[in-house]
Amino acid sequence: MAAILLDPLAAIGRATLGACRAVGDVALFALEGVSHLVRPPFYGRLFWRAFLEVAWFSLPVVALTAVFTGMVLALQSYTGFARFNAQSAIASVVVISLVRELGPVLAALMVAGRIGASFAAEIGTMRVTDQIDALTTLSTNPMKYLVAPRLLAATLALPLLVLVADVLGVMGGWLIGTLKLGFVSAAYLKSTFDFLQTGDVISGLVKAAAFGFIIALMGTWCGYRSKGGAQGVGGATTAAVVASSILILALDYVLTEIFFAQ
Amino acid sequence: MSNGSDDRMAQAGPGTAGLNRSALTSTPKIRMRGVRKAFGPKRVLDGVDLDVAAGQGVVILGGSGSGKSVTIKCILGLITPDEGVIEIDGVDVLRLPRREREALGDRIGMLFQNGALFDSLPVWENVCFKLLAQNRITRAKARDRAVEVLAQVGLAETVGDLSPAELSGGMQKRVALARAIAAQPDIIFFDEPTTGLDPIMGAVIDGLIVDCVKRLGATAVSITHDMASARRIGETAAMIHKGRIVWTGPAGNLGHSGNAMVDQFANGEREGPIQMELRR
Repeated sequence: MAAILLDPLAAIGRATLGACRAVGDVALFALEGVSHLVRPPFYGRLFWRAFLEVAWFSLPVVALTAVFTGMVLALQSYTGFARFNAQSAIASVVVISLVRELGPVLAALMVAGRIGASFAAEIGTMRVTDQIDALTTLSTNPMKYLVAPRLLAATLALPLLVLVADVLGVMGGWLIGTLKLGFVSAAYLKSTFDFLQTGDVISGLVKAAAFGFIIALMGTWCGYRSKGGAQGVGGATTAAVVASSILILALDYVLTEIFFAQ
Repeated sequence: MSNGSDDRMAQAGPGTAGLNRSALTSTPKIRMRGVRKAFGPKRVLDGVDLDVAAGQGVVILGGSGSGKSVTIKCILGLITPDEGVIEIDGVDVLRLPRREREALGDRIGMLFQNGALFDSLPVWENVCFKLLAQNRITRAKARDRAVEVLAQVGLAETVGDLSPAELSGGMQKRVALARAIAAQPDIIFFDEPTTGLDPIMGAVIDGLIVDCVKRLGATAVSITHDMASARRIGETAAMIHKGRIVWTGPAGNLGHSGNAMVDQFANGEREGPIQMELRR
């Protein structure tokens, strides 16, 4: 009887301890990864390869997401604002929503699915096929070789992607505004730029950098700690995408509180 | 060296004397004393004592799960033992600062069981990985060096531009051997070098290992459960069972060593002191 009562408590206790261990491990992993960014040797080729992978090859998916989001946002805003004769606010709503929130968050979620999974799968496969041990025996620190370049690449690449996403998202809104909703192009653009402030763009780019770091961190950590063959690598890939997506949303709230809470 | 360790070595078998003599006359290249390692409740190494003299070829034998791989991973620093001493050239490597430990790795080569080649790099970059990663050589020179080392393991220059995934198992082993020797290490570890190869290719790989080790004058530590391979590549053999070295002696004596465990293992006999843990 006592066992029946205590079993769920024990399970909760185990899960809590496991979560604490994981948080501590991720924190130490992140510290070690960052510390290798300031200590030679530096692997420039690996950084550029990762940067290209994140920034260039993610561009199509991020661009499409941004354009359609801008278009949908303009349509939805029009539907709602027309009830209050506030259609003139659509351009400002589109640009503020995109630059502050939707641009960074949606771009990061897209990149998490693409790059977080790719980092976890590649490093996880290296782990289960002894390639990470081989790096160590070849006098190469795996954290410096595999983790640090990816952390830096994703942290720098995401703001660039978000900048592109912001422009394309506003363009999507402008297309719908002028072609479908009957706005005058110059008036729509004037309204857009009148409401946009430098702080909005900067806050979005800072968020993007933080999200890029989180994506690379979770992807490399899940891959680095994977074990158990193909199933382990699959699990690591899933965990990387899920964990980075949730952390992106949670961090978005925290950063929004920091930037915009009165 | 602890008295307990000496006692164990003295009880081991006829071949132990050879190892102890080398240990007494000069500092062993590799010295392990009382090395213990457990993973959770499972004790894998239970006080491993082993001396490997400089320039010697030692083969560590043992069944699956006996602790062979963990032993060499402890020496390589891939696994940290719970207890014990591991010395290379008289230096306790477990207590070395990280940077010095990494520097020690420059003198060590390793051939992994499955090759562990980097599939994102072409063969030639795999071969000269260590030299390139440490900026010890330009890429042009590294390519020339890779071609030279590939030739030493019987592979053509054209193989250098292939991806590891395009190679057969035997070719992957040869590339892995080339990578292990490219930086001219003075200690080389071989983890099951012939596993997964046909007998002829196994013999070819063994021949290449012996040639390369001789050419470099290196100390070689191999782990295997392939008796033919053990006799070909080892001068000295050590048998590990349940996490302890239970016998050491000349590799030529395998099968008629006088130690019941070694003879049962070497001859592949079902009956004997080693009982497989089978669930019925």
